[in-house]
Amino acid sequence: MKLYLSTAPHIRSEQNTQSLMRDVIIALLPTTAAGIFFFGLSAAMVIALSVVSCVLFEYLWQRITKQPIRISDLSAAVTGLILGLNLPSTAPWWMPVIGALFAIVVTKQLFGGIGDNFLNPALVARAVLLASWPARMTGATAYAIPTMWSGADAVTSATPLAGYEASTMDLFLGNIPGTIGEVCKAAILLGLVYMLVRKVITWRIPVVFLAVFAVLSLLVGENPVVELLSGGVLFGAVFMATDYTTSPMTPNGQYLYAALCGVLVCVIRNFGAYPEGVTYAILIGNIVTPLLDKYSRPKLYGKPKKEKKEAKANG
Amino acid sequence: MNEIAKILLFMVSCVLSNNYIFSRFLGCCPFLGVSSKVETAAGMGVAVTFVMAIASLFTKLLYDLVLVPLNLGYLNTISFIIVIAGLVQLVEMFIKKASPSLYKALGIYLPLITTNCAVLGVTILNISSGYNLFYSILNGTFGALGFLLAIVLMAGVRERLETSKVPECLKGFSGSLIIAGLMAIAFMGFSGLGN
Amino acid sequence: MAKNQKSLSSVFMNGIITENPTLRLVLGTCPTLATTTSAINALGMGAAATFVLIGSNTVISLLRNIIPDKVRIPAFIAVICTFVTIVQMVMQAFLPSLYESLGMFIPLIVVNCIILARAEAFASKNGVLASAVDGLGMGLGFTLAITVMGIIRELIGNGTVFGINLLGAGYEPMLLMVLAPGGFLVFGGVLAVANLITARAEKKKKDEKGVIHA
Repeated sequence: MKLYLSTAPHIRSEQNTQSLMRDVIIALLPTTAAGIFFFGLSAAMVIALSVVSCVLFEYLWQRITKQPIRISDLSAAVTGLILGLNLPSTAPWWMPVIGALFAIVVTKQLFGGIGDNFLNPALVARAVLLASWPARMTGATAYAIPTMWSGADAVTSATPLAGYEASTMDLFLGNIPGTIGEVCKAAILLGLVYMLVRKVITWRIPVVFLAVFAVLSLLVGENPVVELLSGGVLFGAVFMATDYTTSPMTPNGQYLYAALCGVLVCVIRNFGAYPEGVTYAILIGNIVTPLLDKYSRPKLYGKPKKEKKEAKANG
Repeated sequence: MNEIAKILLFMVSCVLSNNYIFSRFLGCCPFLGVSSKVETAAGMGVAVTFVMAIASLFTKLLYDLVLVPLNLGYLNTISFIIVIAGLVQLVEMFIKKASPSLYKALGIYLPLITTNCAVLGVTILNISSGYNLFYSILNGTFGALGFLLAIVLMAGVRERLETSKVPECLKGFSGSLIIAGLMAIAFMGFSGLGN
Repeated sequence: MAKNQKSLSSVFMNGIITENPTLRLVLGTCPTLATTTSAINALGMGAAATFVLIGSNTVISLLRNIIPDKVRIPAFIAVICTFVTIVQMVMQAFLPSLYESLGMFIPLIVVNCIILARAEAFASKNGVLASAVDGLGMGLGFTLAITVMGIIRELIGNGTVFGINLLGAGYEPMLLMVLAPGGFLVFGGVLAVANLITARAEKKKKDEKGVIHA
């Protein structure tokens, strides 16, 4: 068990947070670069706008409520980066701004700021945008087919989950329509390796999440490789489900949480109204996290029966 | 087989996609009022589940066997509320005997199950949706389990946030409503399940 | 006489401001969340609830010395139920489309805590006129609060207010606001603002008092 996962409430000093967040940003760099490579300048604009608005909202809120300004801990920048990578490159300027407002102000600061939000801010922002402007976030008009700086006009298409035909290699490398950050699986895996080596995260959440998802996909008759390489499941499992504040602290809690996420992605993809369910699956996981923490604490407070009931009720 | 699948999907939709709190707005008062502790919330949820399941059975029978034959359909609201009030009285007596501590914790909210709009709501919904007796009971039971799920999850989140630095104006109901709003956003992911 | 009049107006204002059922007492949350998807729905709900409040308060006040204490709650519910059934039938006959969109929340006025709470806390202890005024004040307070929320949600979520387009054709409505989460978020936000205003007002009062005492 490594230091970061065992201490609660996780993060105390600004310095620690900053170095941690810097590592996350480094891990996200390959994904960011790949996204900009595939979708061009518009992708870079969306990401930049998202990062800037998140940091700005954090600054303004702390200024207005007369708190010490803590934007140098880089947490708002990470939220902004992840939010940007969760948007399509075709997003108009106001989408990252509204997303940032919900991520930083509504989800994070209203509940006390860093370490106190119970949901992943970037995911709430994505869910808000998805519910509010579905035509811009899902379906055949939302996602551009990669142009790779060729100068051609972007043509939009459905994602592989909604019918776009692509080879396994294209799925892996990212030459497919999708959100900026989710397309290039190679870059995401690179980031995962970096975070594991730097001990920013442990293997538990991403591996259990993806394994449960793959097995279930197989059971419902889908090709697990294609399912893993389509949509945002890899990006979500590596960069969003692993957020310290909103995932369980104990190993047992983490297994259950990750398994729940895996189950929900498969269920929503195959039986729900949305083609992709990663956002919602992780948000539900976040909501269950306090209960998992409460009932998976060792010894004294252990009440395994209730925990199982809870997990089942959610699955 | 087909019928079984249909029933299963109906149960899932009652708990998740048509959740009484997050998509139908029924039963919000106890959801906001009795959700500060997980154990109390669970007790409340179980009590409501019991009342809702039994109330669905009795009101449906009452409607089909008495009100409709007598052409008194318009009296449904008032007769249903009487049935519910009686049931709540029973549950109250039972909990008082079985678990005095839970009885104390539920406090004023126990008799208030009578005015929990989820209970009257489900009985009216059973009639207006034209469910038969079996589906009415399913709707009551699993709708209530959805309520139980929502209130327990809410209590978990609120316990966790107890120590956080929430701004003064967001303490109490206003903060709980924002939490509920964010949870409702997550629950939107279930839309389409079982329908 | 003058004193009586003053107390009536304070009873009236009590419901609208001091003890606003929605914003100060936070009663009747379900209809508030469910019927504020548009300004007209909210207004319709408010009007229906106000009618029931005035009616039930008046009748319960009239009967307050006749109803035995032990069965008072069932008796109150029976009175409320009667008025709700009247509203239901009238709306069904004359405003079928509004009735349709408010759906089951009209019969559910029966279990709206505001109405039972006023019967118990006010009408069963006060005269007929005062009770009717209390019902009117509480009803208007409820209507005002939910109509404001209805306006906010309709404007952001649909670009319109009372069906009139205000934000132009280029505006892309934020659908979330008219969906379920929007109800919770807007109610929470409006409540937080109300809390903020109350806290400010109280602080000001305290400061003024402090000056006098000093």
